Amino acid sequence: MHIMKFLGVAVAGLAFGLSAALAGTTLDGVRSRGVVTCAVNTGLAGFAMPDHEGNYQGLDADTCRAIAAAVFGDARKAKFVPATAQQRFTLLQTGEVDVLVRNTTWTLLRDTENGFNFAPVTYYDGQGFLVAKKLDVKGARDLDGATVCVQPGTTTELNLADYFRSNHMSFKPLVIEKLDEVENAFFSGRCDAYTTDRSGLAATRAAKAPDPEDYVILPEIISKEPLAPAVRHGDDEWFDIVKWTVFAMIGAEEKGITSANVDDMAKSDDPEVKRMLGTSPGMGKALHLDDRWAYAVIKQVGNYGEVFERNVGARSPLKLARGLNALWTQGGLMYAMPFR
Amino acid sequence: MVPADQRAPASPPKRQVAPWNDERVRSLAFQSLTLALVVGLLAYLALNAADNLSRQGIATGFGFLGREASFAITTALIPYSPADTYARALLVGLLNTLLVAGLGLVLATLLGLALGLARLSANWLLGRLALVYVEIMRNTPLVLQLFLWWDLLRLSTPPPREAWKPLPGVYISLRGVFFPVPVYDPLYLWMGAALALGVAAAALLGVWGRRRQARTGRALRLGLPGLALILLPPAIVFFAGGAPHLLDVPHPTRFDFSGGRSITPEFAALLAGLVAYTAAFIGEILRGSILSVRSGQSEAAAALGLTRGQALRLIVLPQAIRVAIPPLTSEYLNLAKNSSLAVAIGFPELFSVTNTVANQTGQAIEAMAIVCATYLAISLSISLLMNLYNRSMAPVER
Repeated sequence: MHIMKFLGVAVAGLAFGLSAALAGTTLDGVRSRGVVTCAVNTGLAGFAMPDHEGNYQGLDADTCRAIAAAVFGDARKAKFVPATAQQRFTLLQTGEVDVLVRNTTWTLLRDTENGFNFAPVTYYDGQGFLVAKKLDVKGARDLDGATVCVQPGTTTELNLADYFRSNHMSFKPLVIEKLDEVENAFFSGRCDAYTTDRSGLAATRAAKAPDPEDYVILPEIISKEPLAPAVRHGDDEWFDIVKWTVFAMIGAEEKGITSANVDDMAKSDDPEVKRMLGTSPGMGKALHLDDRWAYAVIKQVGNYGEVFERNVGARSPLKLARGLNALWTQGGLMYAMPFR
Repeated sequence: MVPADQRAPASPPKRQVAPWNDERVRSLAFQSLTLALVVGLLAYLALNAADNLSRQGIATGFGFLGREASFAITTALIPYSPADTYARALLVGLLNTLLVAGLGLVLATLLGLALGLARLSANWLLGRLALVYVEIMRNTPLVLQLFLWWDLLRLSTPPPREAWKPLPGVYISLRGVFFPVPVYDPLYLWMGAALALGVAAAALLGVWGRRRQARTGRALRLGLPGLALILLPPAIVFFAGGAPHLLDVPHPTRFDFSGGRSITPEFAALLAGLVAYTAAFIGEILRGSILSVRSGQSEAAAALGLTRGQALRLIVLPQAIRVAIPPLTSEYLNLAKNSSLAVAIGFPELFSVTNTVANQTGQAIEAMAIVCATYLAISLSISLLMNLYNRSMAPVER
């Protein structure tokens, strides 16, 4: 085993050795470069997709902007690196990006062996199936023998195999890396079903289907997919910043602070709101940021509810319901830790 | 100094030079310096990476190969299920690569030979058509051609419920070609043995014919008897054994078909793309090497009374092939390596499977190292075989 290990490391040297000057803290690196670099999806409507002007829009893109706002007080200082499912982990491991916000599922192995730490979940998702209505499939149990389109390098591919195995059904996977190509294959009829996170299915159906009405998302949710931003192991300072940026967005929604009323709320008497928005100092210093960090996040990007509605909710083509992503006070799972 | 007269008369006087001027010492010094630099650089990179990986707590090593793969693969030549290990998944990918590369080599060579001959043909139209084909194929990126083939195959075929049925039990649709295969019977083993015997007998007949021709100068027409020797024994065994004809016939299911065997559009697109592309290069190589055989050779063959076909087969091609082998080897290597482009269109060959493995385990470096080593092994094997063939084709000097 030792020789194998050395061999692995020796090969690793070739790939890693010349890149990634990982010296110094991530925050120092970010400050000296003047931007927060985020790996995002190459194009997933609602999460990260370039608009007609080439600016990334979506829940993930806005999370990255929020981090930039927290660090620099300026949400525009976010740089986006489009990454395929395969590239994303290497990009983060080698230090090419500071944060990975690419609809990535938080799993045990990724949190440990792969060397990542996950910030709070920004979207609670689950895997489902998209099928053509004309196939007359009522549920996932009807998919025995079907050809299923799937992207490689995702938990999706494993959940798919697990689901069919545990239900003693067979299927034929068609594994294609690029999202565009996998969608093409599905809509051309090469596959009977397309599987990914249900938010992704909604995005694909809204943006790519010749007629969205011809396709249906099956009711079954076959997995838990908590999508969360990830950072590298070994830099707690940066991990805290990313973590609390997400909490700031959720906390702001809990307190009713929006991008529109944040200036009024800064004069509020609520001691937690005062601490959050920096009217009472201390929180920013603890994070090695300006005291107005959360103010900048909410003013420039918005609270979690605003970001959700704008990108994937009722005000977007995806029209996803809040569901699990509602605040805990409204039956969802979104819960910010105390600002204290 | 030894006195000059005591030395052997043949040996030249040996000049004493300083070590730094001695050619051998100098080359040795430079070579060891280069080696030390390369080894040192590699060691530095490896240590640096090991340090980075361990600092970030990232797992290293090849231990993951024994873990359960948990993902499915469509086209597998050996039994495979998601419950098998990563190592077996990689083996499935490797076999798929070898299948497409092996078939590709044979088909590309045949198509390339036809193209090369067409380019040399006296028929103006044929020559021009071959030229246009070669130029288009050589001057567009292969990955685009693969997408084109794939789209073509999917868009020109009907959905599975309206599949074409050219023969009973054969279905062609955008899910691929489904066709029946014989159900295994022990008799097939005996048929295989009979076929091997037949081939051996035919080979002996050929040797006998050639010796006889060398002795008497008369050529015998042995083609037909040879074919009979090869085909008759298995046929006799087949009928004597009761002619088992149980077929595994595909039948329509809710979504497409099950049973029989199938060729997926992805495999067909990859094979067609690799063959069509590589054949253009092979055609040009063969054309060039045929032209390199001096025209005097064909004229001499004609003067001896050989037909054009005989002249080509016995005189020109054997000489041309020697010129063609080194560049052909490099085209074969390209074909084998280009099969990795299948990752774009979803055929599960080695690289495609490795992509999945690398991501599920997060150990991209180790997985890529395995792929690199495997492609290296495939390429070196092709090189070795071609070099052996080259040696066997070298002119016999007396």
